[in-house]
Amino acid sequence: MGIELKMPALSPTMEQGTLAKWLKAEGDTIEPGDIIAEIETDKATMEFEAIDEGVLSKIMIAEGTEDVAVGTVIAMMTGEGEDDGDTSAPEPALAAAAEPAAAPEPAPKPAAEKPTPAAPAHDPEIPEGTSFTSTAVREALRDGMAEEMRRDERVFVMGEEVAEYQGAYKVTQGLLDEFGPKRVIDTPITEYGFAGIGTGAAMGGLRPIVEFMTFNFAMQAIDHIINSAAKTNYMSGGQMRCPIVFRGPNGAASRVGAQHSQNYGPWYASVPGLIVIAPYDSADAKGLMKAAIRSEDPVVFLENELVYGRSFDVPDLDDHVLPIGKARIMREGSDVTIVSYSIGVGLALEAAEELAGEGIDAEVIDLRTLRPLDKQAVLASLAKTNRLIVAEEGWPTCSIASEIQAICMEEGFDDLDAPVLRVCNEDVPLPYAANLEELALINASSIVDAAKKVCYAD
Amino acid sequence: MAKQPSKTTAPGKQSKTKAKAASASAVAAPSDDPDFMLNSLQAEFEEQKRFNATPEQMLKFYEQMLLIRRFEEKAGQLYGLGLIGGFCHLYIGQEAVAIGLQSALDNDRDSVITGYRDHGHMLAYGIDPKVIMAELTGREAGISKGKGGSMHMFSTEHKFYGGHGIVGAQVALGGGLALAHKYNEDGGLCLAYFGDGAANQGQVYETFNMASLWNLPIVFVVEDNQYAMGTSTARSSAETRFYRRGTSFRIPGMEVNGMDVLEVRAAAEVAFKHVRDGKGPVLMELNTYRYRGHSMSDPAKYRTREEVQEQRDTHDPIERLKKTLIEGGKSEDDLKTVDKGIREVVAEAADFAETSPEPEASELYTDVLVEEY
Repeated sequence: MGIELKMPALSPTMEQGTLAKWLKAEGDTIEPGDIIAEIETDKATMEFEAIDEGVLSKIMIAEGTEDVAVGTVIAMMTGEGEDDGDTSAPEPALAAAAEPAAAPEPAPKPAAEKPTPAAPAHDPEIPEGTSFTSTAVREALRDGMAEEMRRDERVFVMGEEVAEYQGAYKVTQGLLDEFGPKRVIDTPITEYGFAGIGTGAAMGGLRPIVEFMTFNFAMQAIDHIINSAAKTNYMSGGQMRCPIVFRGPNGAASRVGAQHSQNYGPWYASVPGLIVIAPYDSADAKGLMKAAIRSEDPVVFLENELVYGRSFDVPDLDDHVLPIGKARIMREGSDVTIVSYSIGVGLALEAAEELAGEGIDAEVIDLRTLRPLDKQAVLASLAKTNRLIVAEEGWPTCSIASEIQAICMEEGFDDLDAPVLRVCNEDVPLPYAANLEELALINASSIVDAAKKVCYAD
Repeated sequence: MAKQPSKTTAPGKQSKTKAKAASASAVAAPSDDPDFMLNSLQAEFEEQKRFNATPEQMLKFYEQMLLIRRFEEKAGQLYGLGLIGGFCHLYIGQEAVAIGLQSALDNDRDSVITGYRDHGHMLAYGIDPKVIMAELTGREAGISKGKGGSMHMFSTEHKFYGGHGIVGAQVALGGGLALAHKYNEDGGLCLAYFGDGAANQGQVYETFNMASLWNLPIVFVVEDNQYAMGTSTARSSAETRFYRRGTSFRIPGMEVNGMDVLEVRAAAEVAFKHVRDGKGPVLMELNTYRYRGHSMSDPAKYRTREEVQEQRDTHDPIERLKKTLIEGGKSEDDLKTVDKGIREVVAEAADFAETSPEPEASELYTDVLVEEY
């Protein structure tokens, strides 16, 4: 019996990849450490290295095949001393699906399994008749930055691995080539220091974009974000501005444990003097990134790693800039409002589809900006549906959800037919074990349950 | 506070492999320079240790230092009267540092940033004492409209970027100002002050690293006034010769008597030239002494009265310059006239700060954000 070579997972969030190239042919002898193939993820091209010794007996997946699921058998090897003509290899086709029980780690859900939400409601900020191009969120963010860098010489990017490595999550891919090392600056791993240097550069008249590899690491730098960037305009009586964008992925990724999985939206949104943006789809990522860079105020721009690879339509406009502080109705509905932001919007849309199947017409609001918060959009929707829940990938205590509850109590009390509910992550540090992680995180079905509860339909 | 005389260190050792690896990179790293010497600038400075000031320059230094001294004395009084609130950190004793350094700046292009002991650095610019004192009393006419207070004052017009309340934060921010000078190719440098206490903050070294790596035009100045609040440098710092703290980052250090304005100015000439010549950052240690407590609420029980008196009697920067001036032909009466004029200016500033109105209540909500959303 031969050795199965399976499509490897090359990052915590990789679910499938492209088998770019075979570097060995059938019949070749393989030594441990040999590079057998090149695998492309959405972030990078990685080398697939042999662990065992033997002969490559059969290639199952041809080079150039896209969307090969992690765990799929891509080739067979015969071990030392075995006959390389061994034909006892299982008929492979899509081996990953054929042997789920054998996978030591739970197979990640293929993207196709998720219900595809209906096209979101038209964004009134985009002119009727505009054409669209499907773009991954990470590319939309990059395009937004690149357009602003072309427009304004003062704009530059700094952070860990933003230049030569092309971005740890490939959000800054290609920027070094176009703008050079003066404007795309690799920093040492020194968050407190480079956040301070970025902030000082903004005070000195530049327009820095400071990338944190993830916002978890920005806790080392939070003093500069809050004490230096957010407060100086006020403390100086309006003399000293700080037009800077702090950006990077925020919230839980996949299986990276408690220290790398936290939503800082509520932290930053509690600070006067900051703008806090947390987009969901590609059009908003681009349009709000451009607005953030142009803002005279310091902006915390919260992205989400799990959303980087998803593609959404981006309007084909020369200058797609969205207003800061304006929520968007993603799906119109009349029975209950689901308020969310960032990755939660996708779950809310999924939940709304499911609710529609049960005869409940949910409206989904994407806050897009967390500070200043578009209270009017929330209250207007509440006035329409009289029932509201908040879906947030983050802890419930002192959350954006809590804030929305307070707003509804204080300013929308007469419109409420049911208590406002929070649908959040569990109030625990995020665990590593796959089953516990799943239990800790918000999902569509918990949103569905809460929506039914406020509709008294459970 | 006596320190061992500085020794010249040997040129930095460097393994050949490291040099080779570094030279493969497109940008020449500081580690490529095998001739790095911690004391390279000190030697130059020692050759001409006191600035050869003209009589006019000397008188100007005297007036400026005296203005800081009298201003701070008055601020201490107003604090005692309850007119100044919160934290108020006086600069008395340290006047020669700000005046000696800032007199060497090119104010059209250079920037300055410091911590919360910032009154003196603003007065060194010639900023009207009225708007500074009015900020201390929290009045609308204050330089920050009364919303910053003693620790948070700025004058972007003068390229003075504060006035920062978090110990050490101004060092990284100063690195950013230097980055902006380099980015804009404006020929300016940033003068970033911090205390011996701040010198133990991690971000200072993060900034040293990047400033040296990127060859930023910045002069780091440790104002070593011997005490980080109530903790003496000996009790807080493994290396109390702060000018050596840049060694790991190949930043040359200078050790300067911060109680002699002419020595400070001479050192500034050497340091600023080095930076302007594109040779990267310099770290200056200015040995000085504050006569008052850390802030107005500090009774300073951690040192003896005799220690303070000894400093005042034998090292006072204003008395030292006064002596030089008199030796140069000025009369006691001339200098008394100067003092009288300064006392008047300070009294006027105090009156102004006491009598001008507090900010309008509506100011509470202004300047939170620049734009409307």
